[in-house]
Amino acid sequence: MAQVFHRSTNTISRVSIALSVVAVAVFFFAAEQVQRSPYTSWRGVARTQAVPFSHQHHVGGLGIDCRYCHTTVEVSSFAGIPPTKTCMNCHAQIWTNAEMLAPVRESFRSGKSLVWERADQIPDFVYFDHSIHINKGVGCASCHGPVDRMPLMYAENSLQMEWCLNCHRAPEKFLRPRSEIFDMRYEPPSGEKPLEVDGKKFADQQSLGTYLKTKYRVRSVNDMTSCDTCHR
Amino acid sequence: MEHKHPVEAMAGGQGQPPVLQPGYTFATITDKISAIVLTRQTPLGWFVGVGIAGMLSAVLLYAVSFLMYQGVGIWGINHPIGWGLAIVNFVWWIGIGHAGTLISAILLLLRQSWRNSINRFAEAMTIFAVMQAGLFPLLHLGRPWLFYWLFPYPNTMTVWPQFRSPLVWDVFAVSTYFTISLVFWYIGLVPDMATLRDRAQNRAARMIYAVLALGWRGSARHWHRYETAYLLLAGLATPLVLSVHTVVSFDFTIAIVPGWHSTIFPPYFVAGAIYSGFAMVLILAIPIRHIYNLEDMITDRHLDNCAKIMLATGLIVAYGYIMETFMAWYGGNLYDKHLIWNRMHGPYRALYWALIAINVGFVNVLWTKKVRFTPKLLWFVSLVVLVAMWLERFVIVVVSLSQDFLPSSWGIYIPTRWDWATFIGTIGFFALCFLLFIRVMPMISIAEMKSLLPSSEAKAPLESES
Repeated sequence: MAQVFHRSTNTISRVSIALSVVAVAVFFFAAEQVQRSPYTSWRGVARTQAVPFSHQHHVGGLGIDCRYCHTTVEVSSFAGIPPTKTCMNCHAQIWTNAEMLAPVRESFRSGKSLVWERADQIPDFVYFDHSIHINKGVGCASCHGPVDRMPLMYAENSLQMEWCLNCHRAPEKFLRPRSEIFDMRYEPPSGEKPLEVDGKKFADQQSLGTYLKTKYRVRSVNDMTSCDTCHR
Repeated sequence: MEHKHPVEAMAGGQGQPPVLQPGYTFATITDKISAIVLTRQTPLGWFVGVGIAGMLSAVLLYAVSFLMYQGVGIWGINHPIGWGLAIVNFVWWIGIGHAGTLISAILLLLRQSWRNSINRFAEAMTIFAVMQAGLFPLLHLGRPWLFYWLFPYPNTMTVWPQFRSPLVWDVFAVSTYFTISLVFWYIGLVPDMATLRDRAQNRAARMIYAVLALGWRGSARHWHRYETAYLLLAGLATPLVLSVHTVVSFDFTIAIVPGWHSTIFPPYFVAGAIYSGFAMVLILAIPIRHIYNLEDMITDRHLDNCAKIMLATGLIVAYGYIMETFMAWYGGNLYDKHLIWNRMHGPYRALYWALIAINVGFVNVLWTKKVRFTPKLLWFVSLVVLVAMWLERFVIVVVSLSQDFLPSSWGIYIPTRWDWATFIGTIGFFALCFLLFIRVMPMISIAEMKSLLPSSEAKAPLESES
């Protein structure tokens, strides 16, 4: 009886065994990469806004404090998006005819809010409170990145759960003194540049973080990683 | 005669029918089985069956689609009964699968060569039954498209499944079971695929069977490796017969719900699984051997043996019921006592008494030879047994949940039309898979049937000489 397939099929079938192993490995690797990529998390993707507001210009260039616009960040779960009036505090005087600012003036005249695209979006099933983080020594830049260097706002971090837990499991790696919270150029203490808190000198983040954890009464890791701390 | 061939030994003595009618040769066995797939006209019954099964599968598709759209609220489940028909059907289907593995693995290791004519389709039955079973927990998840969360994989949530939960053990038990059953079944098919490849007239069919035959040429080396692999897989599958339904029973026993929290569950579940599985084997075997004229190969001896296993396991299950009731009284636990009272007198009492009547009483008709040797009666008994085993799972799941510790949260569960549509749909889908299988693959193992012939003995004279 004639053979159904050519004898090269023997080689092809052997190779295909190896290839299928590779294909499965590649599939899982790709899935792994995609779930952490900007495609999924929007990390690092600058959002297009109705008015191209530049944090780089206002924070880095002019030195405006975060809280000038995000007024409720220290007392509320929500940091606050400024009303158009806040913009007009300055822009009633400067750049009054700038084309770029036309939507701002229009919003001010009509009373209709500007619509901003959120860069950092946390899902609705996560309970998140800005004030507790600010008050326990987490700097703005720890989560939002170097906002003073962002011409258009983008998310510095993925905001995926593994990223949240990264800090909730070891907060001492990130805590800073309350006085430094809003400092965009803050650097953790080092041997050359030690930091003084309450008369004590700290030359590394580990010892500073451990000290601040006690000082600010940061809850235990068990409490902070309990499911219902964030998923209430 | 000092050396008796197993077939003769099994046929002799007690006037029992043989496992293979005499008069067959290597060639006629191959002709008869491969003709069903390749040359014989497909019987009308097959088309009718596919028509009905196809329609029921469409019902399943419709019910599942609406479930995806609307959510599990379309089922009758709510507090306090959150499991309902989905879990009843899951346990029922996965139990049915167990007979196939028992026949193919345990009976192989025990050298029960009568299994050779029923193991192929019993294994197929296992695979299709596990497929139906697997559907239910997935659909019951609520968001079935996130089913992969059940597996431990490096995810962005840094969360693992709860390894202390038997529901996670279930995932591993069932997926292992399915994988091993599929591989075992396929390895067994390889020599037969080669036979079909060599006999197929249609070019497309020849190509497909050739791919499936993996280049089988039937050399001594091939056979040696095949036998080794088959035996190893049988060894792997054997513990699964006991372990899978044990893990399924852990879904219940690990919880402290009255009526579930019992050490008798694992053996009682395994016996119940084999009991219902053999009932399904008979339900499939009796009409198939009639329609395809296979009475020579699936003989009364097979039906008799299956019925005896059913009787034995059925009595173990009956013992389980008696012990549950006894322990509720002897243990003196208020909630256990109430559970039994609720089973006997509560809103679901009719179901309880029906299953007791069948599994403790009615099953004893299998003691009589007349029932075991009358295929129609045996088919009817098997059907009744399958219904009773479904009722058993319903009583276990629903009655315990309906009235547990807190009277203020007692409740009633009534399956909705969507519950029923999904269940009936899986029966249709199971039948559809099975009908397609018997159309395109040899439902009896050609290679293994030949080992039942006297001429396959090492010292036997060549067929041409005899």
